[in-house]
Amino acid sequence: MLRLESISKTFNPGTVNEKKAITDLSLHLKNGDFATIIGSNGAGKSTMFNAICGDFLTDTGAVILDGQDITFMPQHTRARQIGRLYQDPMRGSAPGMTILENLALAAGKGGWLSFITRAEKKAFAEQLSRLEIGLEDRMDHPVGLLSGGQRQALTLLMATIHPPKLLLLDEHTAALDPATAEKVLKLTREIVEENKITTLMITHNMEDALRMGNRTLMMDSGNIVIDVEGEKRKNLTVQDLLEQFKAGAGKALDNDRILLQK
Amino acid sequence: MSLSVMLSLGQTALELGLMCSLTVLALFLSYSMLNVCDLSTDGCFTLGAAVGAVVAISGHPILSIFAAMLAGVCSGFITALMQTKMGIDSLLSGIIVNTGLYSVNIAIMGGSSLLNMNKTTTVFTMVKDALAGTPLASYSALIVSLTAVALVVVFLNFFLKTRLGYAIRATGNNPDMVKSSSINPAFTTIVGLCVANSFTGLAGALLSQSQKSVDINLGQGMVTMALASLLIGGTLISHGSVLKRAIGVVLGSFIFRLVYTIALRFNMPAFMLKLVSSVIVVLAIFLPYMKKQWPNIQRRLTHRRASSGTTTQDQKGGK
Repeated sequence: MLRLESISKTFNPGTVNEKKAITDLSLHLKNGDFATIIGSNGAGKSTMFNAICGDFLTDTGAVILDGQDITFMPQHTRARQIGRLYQDPMRGSAPGMTILENLALAAGKGGWLSFITRAEKKAFAEQLSRLEIGLEDRMDHPVGLLSGGQRQALTLLMATIHPPKLLLLDEHTAALDPATAEKVLKLTREIVEENKITTLMITHNMEDALRMGNRTLMMDSGNIVIDVEGEKRKNLTVQDLLEQFKAGAGKALDNDRILLQK
Repeated sequence: MSLSVMLSLGQTALELGLMCSLTVLALFLSYSMLNVCDLSTDGCFTLGAAVGAVVAISGHPILSIFAAMLAGVCSGFITALMQTKMGIDSLLSGIIVNTGLYSVNIAIMGGSSLLNMNKTTTVFTMVKDALAGTPLASYSALIVSLTAVALVVVFLNFFLKTRLGYAIRATGNNPDMVKSSSINPAFTTIVGLCVANSFTGLAGALLSQSQKSVDINLGQGMVTMALASLLIGGTLISHGSVLKRAIGVVLGSFIFRLVYTIALRFNMPAFMLKLVSSVIVVLAIFLPYMKKQWPNIQRRLTHRRASSGTTTQDQKGGK
């Protein structure tokens, strides 16, 4: 489904601030793969997402989604096939617009000059009720009034309202309180499984990384150092993973948030 | 002040307020919705007036209105193109277009800085002739401007409820979200500014045709006056549906003109208008800011008072 062919990106080349963010990174995700990603600070996790989404043009290599080379495709064109959630719940929806308006924008049905139909409104209410946070009764409220967790759940619904080919989750529960985070994770799993969306999820929670999905990637210094799936992954513990990382990357995992969790 | 004078003052304020409210509605779209402060407004207003006048003088009063709007679209397109495709800051591109339009406007007016429309057939004279002899005859200017404003408000109300309208609002409301969505922010900015500037062009054409002349400085300070009206309107109706807010904006424009007309009546010289509008804009932005900051300032002041008391005591004790 997604194929990254030795992509590299160096920021500020030739200056003192030169930063090799990703180096010669290759990855192949099969259709329906749900891979979790963990890694040190500055390992290039978000940069890899940015490369896939087209925030910048990679220096080398190719990005291929569902057989189509999207390396040079503009960001907004790719966005039709890629859903993305950020850590910041404020990033994914327009606070000054109502829940209904945000959903209509995400659904993007009809032409530019079309209005929301009654049928669409009903469909949105049904989809909202699945989130089980009562948003279906507040469709005319501005999104700015929602809590972080509610907004992130709404963003998740917006990103998957037309199931994308690829879903990128960038620590999308990290800014939420534990109970809400758990709820949003559960929703994520349900939506992804139901629609069989190929998904990449960055997390700082080692337990989640092993518990969710079918594949785990560990990144360091702009590359993937560990890639486990199937039987091998089933019996893996957090401790195993840390040791493997040390063996693979030649150093201990240093991620503030992972360390703080211990 | 007699009742008839008051009524006529009210009518003048209403006519001017309505015509200028078209510019305010333009800023409602570009400034409030798209979050772009379009400083080309002054030049675009005169552009609309100049194009409208030239076409009307050549004998096409109805066409002149649409030509002025089209000229506004072109001006908005260039401003938007500069900020979305050429890497020029949005404020700067407005200023640049505004400067360039000065030459363009004089060129359109055939090298002169003043055009006279005393004997020209315009939409105003047409309506006036059509209503001659009826009780509505003296309200022709009011009818024309009211119709134009009503049409623009109704259009905006529907336009901002379409998917394109939502996309434009989202572009101003959360650029981060739009950047990573399937909406192309360059496209929404271009469409938004084109539509907004067509209103500005329309306002220019209507005002100049009702005054029967175009002066190259007609639009000067228009952006500040429109902002003042927009902010007054915003304090009247700050939230609610687009329709409500648009009507609030038109009311704001009317109030601004009314205050100004009354001030003129009390012998304020006409040249003070621009200073008054500047002060209104400053106050309209500063007062809400001050209101937000006030608890902090109060806290600092009480702290300073309390600590200055203790330090003097400490110093005394130390010595």
